[in-house]
Amino acid sequence: MNPLSLRRWSPYAAGAALGVLSWATFFFMDKALGVSTSVCHMAAAVIGVGSESAVKENAYFSKLLVKDGAWKPLVDWQFALVMMMAVGAFLAAWLGRGFDETRGMPGTWASSFGPSRVVRWIGAFLGGIILIFGARLADGCTSGHAISGGLQLALSSWVFMVAMFATGVTTGLVLYRRKGA
Amino acid sequence: MFEHAFADPTTLLLGAITGLIFGFLLQKGGVASSDTIMRQMTLRDFTVAKMMLTAIVVGAVGVWIMKETGMIKGLHLKPALLAANAIGGGIFGVGMAVAGYCPGTSFAALGQKSWDAIPATLGMIVGAAIFAKAYPWLAEKILPIADMGKKTLPDVTGVPWWAYIVVLAIGLVVMAAALARKPGATPAS
Repeated sequence: MNPLSLRRWSPYAAGAALGVLSWATFFFMDKALGVSTSVCHMAAAVIGVGSESAVKENAYFSKLLVKDGAWKPLVDWQFALVMMMAVGAFLAAWLGRGFDETRGMPGTWASSFGPSRVVRWIGAFLGGIILIFGARLADGCTSGHAISGGLQLALSSWVFMVAMFATGVTTGLVLYRRKGA
Repeated sequence: MFEHAFADPTTLLLGAITGLIFGFLLQKGGVASSDTIMRQMTLRDFTVAKMMLTAIVVGAVGVWIMKETGMIKGLHLKPALLAANAIGGGIFGVGMAVAGYCPGTSFAALGQKSWDAIPATLGMIVGAAIFAKAYPWLAEKILPIADMGKKTLPDVTGVPWWAYIVVLAIGLVVMAAALARKPGATPAS
């Protein structure tokens, strides 16, 4: 059977392919996979539409986006990568008939917080705020730290990963504990 | 800032191709679904750990061999600011468990019509703005704590790189064997 039309791959196969993709980014592009810096570029773009000086005067945005007094491109290698991730996932879901039948209502969430989409959206929004704050403080996320940093055996990334799973599993076990268990 | 908004076309094309494959693999691996991440954080499903550790082991073998043989320019290490890495990682884990997403998987989730990724992504953009606002304080108080620079585990321990990879590979095999025997660890999907 054509693997592209499978609904889901073994996580080992998908993970191995992701490892090989990392070889390619290092070899051909001298880059490591990452995502969360681009979220800051998006925030800078949104703020910059209202007031360019608000971006210029912010120490963090200028650290990310200014080099030798000149603006670096807002839409760079990683930004293009992030945008195309949705397209890649769309192709994968389309070829494998794997679109999310719940349209974003995870069963684990529903069994603790009920089927309300409003509640789920508020949770996802708050979770998004929290996780990106943590990612920027740590200087990376699951892609840039856990996978890219993990494979480079970076000290920073292994510290990040241990902390991430420690609080992640603690939070998960508390929030999503089974009723009556 | 918007006069030079775009990098050169070759860079953008390479990024786009990489992102296309990256998003494709996350979707096929099942981690673009928030339920998969929530089930990992409740230890009911180890898809995330399996995929992540396999990517690390396979990636490490190639990248380290290429580094040692001079085939690549070098590594791209993030500095070990250990307090920031640990506290940031801890905050990140909480958000990941609540949202069911991490930054990469939320963009992939949009492609598979998981619409709870819309508020997650918007929340991330708001969170980035909040972080930018808090940055001067954090840069003064938190980032300098336990600053060890750009270090690898082999640098700080003296244990050679290949030994780490061997240990991680053994860990992967042990994990795979243990989880294969545990009934109900992997959902029927």
